Amino acid sequence: MVYLTRRYRFSASHRLHNDNLSAEQNSRLYGKCDNAFGHGHNYVLEVTVAGEVDPGTGMALDLGVLDGAVQREVLDRFDLTNLNLDSERFRESVPTTENVCIEIYNLLKDKLNGGTARPGARLDRVRLEETNSNAFEYFGDTTAYQATGKVR
Amino acid sequence: MIYVTRRAEFSASHFYHNPALSPEENRRIFGKTNNPNGHGHNYTLDVTVAGEVDPTTGMVMDLKDLKKLLESEVLEVMDHRFLNKEVPVFATTIPTTENIAIEIWKLVAAKLKSGRLHRIRVYETPELFVDYFGD
Repeated sequence: MVYLTRRYRFSASHRLHNDNLSAEQNSRLYGKCDNAFGHGHNYVLEVTVAGEVDPGTGMALDLGVLDGAVQREVLDRFDLTNLNLDSERFRESVPTTENVCIEIYNLLKDKLNGGTARPGARLDRVRLEETNSNAFEYFGDTTAYQATGKVR
Repeated sequence: MIYVTRRAEFSASHFYHNPALSPEENRRIFGKTNNPNGHGHNYTLDVTVAGEVDPTTGMVMDLKDLKKLLESEVLEVMDHRFLNKEVPVFATTIPTTENIAIEIWKLVAAKLKSGRLHRIRVYETPELFVDYFGD
């Protein structure tokens, strides 16, 4: 089993605000991120696929399949958008980088697990850097991940 | 348990080609990387060793030994080489980043005397890397 990771970039704006909370609570919870006009980030996305190396090609996954899926499902959807206003998904949940990371995992999962990718290749991890100083990682079913005992 | 990572860099050229496939299939699968003249990368290698801290030295292993091992077993073999033509294993195995990571695992695991090899990570470019944990 090898784990292949590819990095992508997209830029988007967001506002961290929960309509169910008072203005004061939002302000206390999210601070500057609650600014009503929103603010932007250059996100760096790492997508990791796990798979066996195909003896015929030496590859675990055709990078074209991965690039195509990320382009269609993630970059076309989120790049140069306002996450709160332009994405259906983030009308109901706050577009924190945690939630964006989980959303990207769910968008890609079915496109790589089986699907058109090499049989057996599966989405392992989505890591999303909001800035150089914060990054978030999601492995889907985290209990299955922890059971492997792998630390990365 | 603690994990120590040492980084090394090497530059090499390669191309992707499977002689069992037709020229058309090779071009379709591998695209520009099928050019038999090869092309090059600056690879970055991260070798992670797992172990317990020795109470006497405060170290998992002597990193000088790991550095020397990487120089003799990996860089000597792959740095400034045309992988397909100069590294015997890649005469019969396509030198994709996946296979390079697996091969480096074998080279390092065979010589590592202290600590347990945990992970080999090979960056082909800053945007693409492969992890191998030996299974």
